[in-house]
Amino acid sequence: MGTAAAVRESFQTENLSIFYGTYEAVKGISLPFAQKTVTALIGPSGCGKSTFLRSLNRMNDDISGSTTKGSIWIDGVDINAQGTDVIKLRQKIGMVWQKPNPFYKSIYENIAFGPKYHGVKGKAALDEIVESSLRRAALWDEVKDRLKDSALALSGGQQQRLCIARALSVNPQILLLDEPASALDPVSTGKVEELIKELKEDLRIVIVTHNMQQAARISDYTAYFYLGSLVEYDKTEKVFSNPENQMTQEYIMGRFG
Amino acid sequence: MRGKTNTKKIEKHHIEDMVGRIYMSLCVLLLIVIIVSMVYFVASKGIANFISGEVKLTDFLFGTKWAPEADTPSYGALPFISGSFLVTLLAALIASPLSICAALFMTEIVPGWGKKLLQPVIELLSGIPSVVYGFVGLSVIVPFLRDTFPGQGIGVAAGALVLSVMILPTITSVAADALASLPQNLKESSFALGATRWQTISRVILPTTMPAIMTGVVLGMARAFGEALAVQMVIGNAPFVPRSLFESASTLTSVITLSMGNTTMGSTINNALWSMALVLMLMTFVFVLLVRMLERRNKI
Repeated sequence: MGTAAAVRESFQTENLSIFYGTYEAVKGISLPFAQKTVTALIGPSGCGKSTFLRSLNRMNDDISGSTTKGSIWIDGVDINAQGTDVIKLRQKIGMVWQKPNPFYKSIYENIAFGPKYHGVKGKAALDEIVESSLRRAALWDEVKDRLKDSALALSGGQQQRLCIARALSVNPQILLLDEPASALDPVSTGKVEELIKELKEDLRIVIVTHNMQQAARISDYTAYFYLGSLVEYDKTEKVFSNPENQMTQEYIMGRFG
Repeated sequence: MRGKTNTKKIEKHHIEDMVGRIYMSLCVLLLIVIIVSMVYFVASKGIANFISGEVKLTDFLFGTKWAPEADTPSYGALPFISGSFLVTLLAALIASPLSICAALFMTEIVPGWGKKLLQPVIELLSGIPSVVYGFVGLSVIVPFLRDTFPGQGIGVAAGALVLSVMILPTITSVAADALASLPQNLKESSFALGATRWQTISRVILPTTMPAIMTGVVLGMARAFGEALAVQMVIGNAPFVPRSLFESASTLTSVITLSMGNTTMGSTINNALWSMALVLMLMTFVFVLLVRMLERRNKI
């Protein structure tokens, strides 16, 4: 274990297992997430990749009957340890879901929501956060004249970028994306993918996707999950061009899954 | 080919379709006839006094004296109208916060056994006959009020308390349904931004579901406004505009149920009671309209 500690990334999981009751949905997975990279989690439905992703900011806490074993290390701290301030933790780790889910509020209020709870006061400071978050999500130019409008009036693609901007508003170091483009049309998907590539300059991104081309296009590392186990993990080019495992190859080629 | 079969014979499934259509149209027609004739009946009876000039509309609506059997009879219905509104509003004020909290508790705090245990209990509450509510009110709430506050215990306060328990299930079920139908990850988005459970409930969940919750409140008020028996048992039935919450008063429904049997069809007093029924019906329409409006707002 000494060597594992030596190569420890500042964000990684170690023997992470997640149970729903007695069912082991995620089986002892150790994965590193390097700085300025996008890691794609792929695998057939029900393979545990979403459960794994959700555990990274303790979203599974609220699911009754779920228990977690193993560690998730962030900057030398195990977030599964007792006494972790989940509120602070979630500020560090943003999350975006499959379906765009803006709050039923104005565009401005959607972005200002998080910062307000983390002690940002004053209109000027909030204005700045709203603008910079929307700019980072490549949405500013489209909405700058209607910040007071309902966020639900935006198109699906815009709503999803708004949700990304909302996640960015609390300045996270890590962004978790759960199939962020699967409910969007091709043009919007392209925009979101473009955005992910830009965002990885500042933060680590972990993305769950069912779209193999998407994983190949945007990720640096790919992890293939099957039945709760990690089958293969490597650089994305390697996984897609010359996978070590037969199962991985068949899944990527679309022959099963 | 197609045209040929059509001219030759009508196929079986077309006949079935037609029979079904006729049957349903007849049912709907019957329903419409019943509703329209009821509205017409109540309305024609209700305005009879005003048309014949025996009672002036303003005297009825704003008159504070109800003395149909006096030498110079007067038919002021304000005591009952104000009594109805007062108990309804008070009941809604008491029941709404409790119901909303109960719904939040069921759906957000303990979703597991909250749904399994509390939901049936709440639904059971709405199935209890109103005479039981009235009886419990008479033997528990009235003595309590009598011992705690000045007065006889019967009155607006007792009526409002009984009603608030009665409309609790209505508001709670509607609110719980609204909360449960909230997209799951809307809540999670708030948590993911580092909001606490309380912040999430007060700033995301409640504002989002408020129109739907208000629908429940209005439905509850409609029920309270129309409830007769339980209120009649605890309110005292004195025909005065209530000046205190602990004095005997009346509502539109209570005076109708109490007096209707003792009047003859077509008499002025009988028609005055119909006028009150008309007021009740119009208020129900208002409540229905309110619910409609709230539902439309909810869709945005």
